[in-house]
Amino acid sequence: MITYENACRIINRSRGSAVSVTTMTQTKYWNEISEDPDLDIGISNGMSKASSIALGVALGKPETTVLCLDADGSLLMNLGSLATVAGMGPKNMFHFVFNNGIYAITGGQPVPAPGVEYAEVAKACGYSASYRFEDTETFDNNLPKILQSEGPVLIELIVKGEPQTDGVDQTWESNAGMPRQLRALRKRLTGKDDWGAGGPYI
Amino acid sequence: MINGILHPKNVIDQLVRQKVSHYVTLPDSETAHMYEALMAEPSITVVPVAREGEAIPVAAGLFIAGQNPVISIQNAGFYEAGDALRGLALGIGLPLVMFIGYRGHNRKGDTPDSAAAFLEPYLHLWRVDYFVIESDDDLERVPLAFERAAATNQPFAVAIGTEYAKEGVE
Repeated sequence: MITYENACRIINRSRGSAVSVTTMTQTKYWNEISEDPDLDIGISNGMSKASSIALGVALGKPETTVLCLDADGSLLMNLGSLATVAGMGPKNMFHFVFNNGIYAITGGQPVPAPGVEYAEVAKACGYSASYRFEDTETFDNNLPKILQSEGPVLIELIVKGEPQTDGVDQTWESNAGMPRQLRALRKRLTGKDDWGAGGPYI
Repeated sequence: MINGILHPKNVIDQLVRQKVSHYVTLPDSETAHMYEALMAEPSITVVPVAREGEAIPVAAGLFIAGQNPVISIQNAGFYEAGDALRGLALGIGLPLVMFIGYRGHNRKGDTPDSAAAFLEPYLHLWRVDYFVIESDDDLERVPLAFERAAATNQPFAVAIGTEYAKEGVE
């Protein structure tokens, strides 16, 4: 079984200048490992919509690789997005699904159907390719070649669940993090610092 | 629905003037002719979504990437998209024009369609500014929607209160 930390380290090694869109536990580990935070957005307050935001970025910047670090519980909540992504067919989108079978953020309750094989679902929806990895070495050996292929590609990772017991950080400052990241990424992608303050947090 | 005539081409002309790049949508019965007309407009990419809740985050991603999207979904689907509106439009300060199909609108208030009855109270609940378009005569308001969204960094709704006409119908 793969750990979050190892998965994020492996992805980061092959990242290049890709944009990353993360959510939930992946964000926690990715933030510790990423070397280019201006290209990162961690989706919170989003109820499972990382794949949809990643699709928008991928369609809007087709020359930029977009990595979405999604999770099984999140994707179940937005499963139709697999069909939406497949329908648009972004060649620059690589959709990782960290499958631990539980809702880690809320303490480790099982997802409704822990046996769903997301790589198979993505394949049936029409992704260009999909893969399922259960061990670190095989994933590490195959990822560089996968990222050279044409998307959309879904990469399912069977990971060891890490239930959290310390709750979710909900402060004015913590909730300002995502709007700030989104503006930093737009500035990085467009070269324009033109998205001013708005909303309750910034 | 009321009896105003709203031609898709006239709405598309407004979108082109605003340099809209992407039209993120889940089609509904009222907007069927708009969808057909948009497929013939080369400057706007139609992005069909599987569920209305995807529309706002897809548009947010496009905006982050420097594009100029709008969304078009029906009022019933707009309710389904409520949490995306909260977290990924209002919460991040997204300047997004949202075309919302006003299914059941009859201007009399006593509509039997709850999808219509709740739309304006729902927009008030979220503190989303809006106006209603019922015919081609109302289209001069469309640029104001884009101005308001940009000036406030907030979403702005344009409720479509009539069915789009088939091209050629006068």
